[in-house]
Amino acid sequence: METQIIDPKNVVYEKPKLMNDNKMHYCPGCSHGVVHKLIAEVIDEMGVAEKAIGIAPVGCAVFAYKYIDIDWQEAAHGRAPALATAINRLWPENLVFTYQGDGDLAAIGTAETIHACNRGENITIIFINNAIYGMTGGQMAPTTLLHQKTSTSPDGRDQRMAGHPLNITDMLAQLPGVCYINRTAVHDMAHITRTKRAIRKAFENTQAKKGTSIVEVVSTCNAGWKMTPAAANDWMVENMFPVYPLGVLKDE
Amino acid sequence: MEQEVILMKGNEAVAHAAVRAGCDGYFGYPITPQSEIMETLMEIRPWETTGMIVLQAESETASINMLYGGAGSGKRVMTSSSSPGVSLMLEGFSYIAGAEIPCVVVDVMRGGPGLGTIQPSQADYFQVVKGGGHGDYKIITLAPSSVQEMADFTVLAFDLAFKYRVMCVVLADGVIGQMMEKVVLPPYRPRWTDEEIKKNNPWATYGRENGRAPNVITSLALKAEEMEEINLRLQARYAEIEKNEVRYEEVMCEDADYLIVGFGISARIGQKAAELAREEGLKVGLLRPITLFPFPTKEIIRLSNQVKGILVTELSAGQMVEDVRLAANGKVPVEFYGRMGGVVPSPEEILNALKEKIIR
Repeated sequence: METQIIDPKNVVYEKPKLMNDNKMHYCPGCSHGVVHKLIAEVIDEMGVAEKAIGIAPVGCAVFAYKYIDIDWQEAAHGRAPALATAINRLWPENLVFTYQGDGDLAAIGTAETIHACNRGENITIIFINNAIYGMTGGQMAPTTLLHQKTSTSPDGRDQRMAGHPLNITDMLAQLPGVCYINRTAVHDMAHITRTKRAIRKAFENTQAKKGTSIVEVVSTCNAGWKMTPAAANDWMVENMFPVYPLGVLKDE
Repeated sequence: MEQEVILMKGNEAVAHAAVRAGCDGYFGYPITPQSEIMETLMEIRPWETTGMIVLQAESETASINMLYGGAGSGKRVMTSSSSPGVSLMLEGFSYIAGAEIPCVVVDVMRGGPGLGTIQPSQADYFQVVKGGGHGDYKIITLAPSSVQEMADFTVLAFDLAFKYRVMCVVLADGVIGQMMEKVVLPPYRPRWTDEEIKKNNPWATYGRENGRAPNVITSLALKAEEMEEINLRLQARYAEIEKNEVRYEEVMCEDADYLIVGFGISARIGQKAAELAREEGLKVGLLRPITLFPFPTKEIIRLSNQVKGILVTELSAGQMVEDVRLAANGKVPVEFYGRMGGVVPSPEEILNALKEKIIR
């Protein structure tokens, strides 16, 4: 029998109904858990749990479908926007969104991402940019910063060898099919609130069939970066925000 | 009512048949020799009649993943391509098999390897029938040998795919795709309504209505035992398919002393070679596998107890011949004659090969 710890009339905060009790596989300090919670909250609050179809990526969020109780499809690496395209075309009244990391969206799935956006598919793309491949153990990503050390750039990313950090959302903002891009973060309460508002706005755009909406969450991977969660947050603010400045890139 | 007989290309017949099969969505990328399929669909504008959508994707990689998404949401979807394009799709083939979702692919083979040629070929038998993508999976493979069968098998492919929740490939060669023949198009079947889709495909992701448990389409299971369970379930389904769905055609086999085995256009040429042989008093029959998976193994075993030798003919270096040899299991000589790179042999060439390699 469940023990009631708090008298229901004293409850001021609950986890979103759509979040189940499966134990998360994310590392302590990782941004994914916070973003998952925000997505579940927004879907709850919009009352669209019966309409929502999420597309999970390959990467750390490959198991997103284990934590949020909506319909999901788990795509091959980088292909989430292609899946979302078809589902959106075939079920136009549903709320279709992808959840993708930087390797998935900005390296192996660049073509699928750009063309889904260019067709203005009525989908939302939640883009987690933590500048590293987390799932495979911390290799260089397309968004890895110059001089950032990873297991495949042990001396730091050198642009002569590996090119520059790819600011793909700035590129996507050029496309007429994209109606909304907001670059946010989830390292403190103020930014978490802003990210939630951004996700809500993106989902509302999708429901209103306004085109493609993108929320880029500049995130930490403290395990991959080999830092404590607190140090990772500080490192992100100091080093990533100058390269990926927060704010609304597009709102039409 | 009298049936309307139309003259058209195999590729055009596929497009018309897809609309009539109640297909919900086509996603494709142009490649010779099958571009007429998407062109015909764009011309007949099914979104204005049946509501079927047609979308030109940015690549074959995208189109097969659009199939994954669309099929995973319970809709009847298809794509078409030719050999180099199908190579790009193999990642998706494997994921679709792993996720156990039904869809239809039409592959109009051209000569390879590499960019190869746009001329006809059957050199992708291994690619489609034996896998190509990673992991243990099978695809129901239908091999049409006429424009009529291009139309009929497009419809059949949807039925088989949804019956077993597997991918079904219509594996044609460039000759069948490009040649014009008489065809009676299949009757119109209405597309499934949304309610029918939800009833027929309770596993699909169309939104968890009325508070049902979430549906998840995935091919991932990190625990070895769990992944083995999935594999065992797939293998059991493939065994069921092998039991129920073998299709083939026998021509002049009752009294045959010698047998020609071929599929697609090779069967048409092989049949002519058998007829020429009969004019010379040689009793030659033809076995035409229609399903390449499941393969008509039992029929080959039966015929190898009857004939003195088998000649397999394909537009390749010899691929299906391996399955014929496995079935014949050394009972009779199994020899091969084929042309490659887009060259199509004449019936006389095949008859000569039969005489040289088998009859002697």
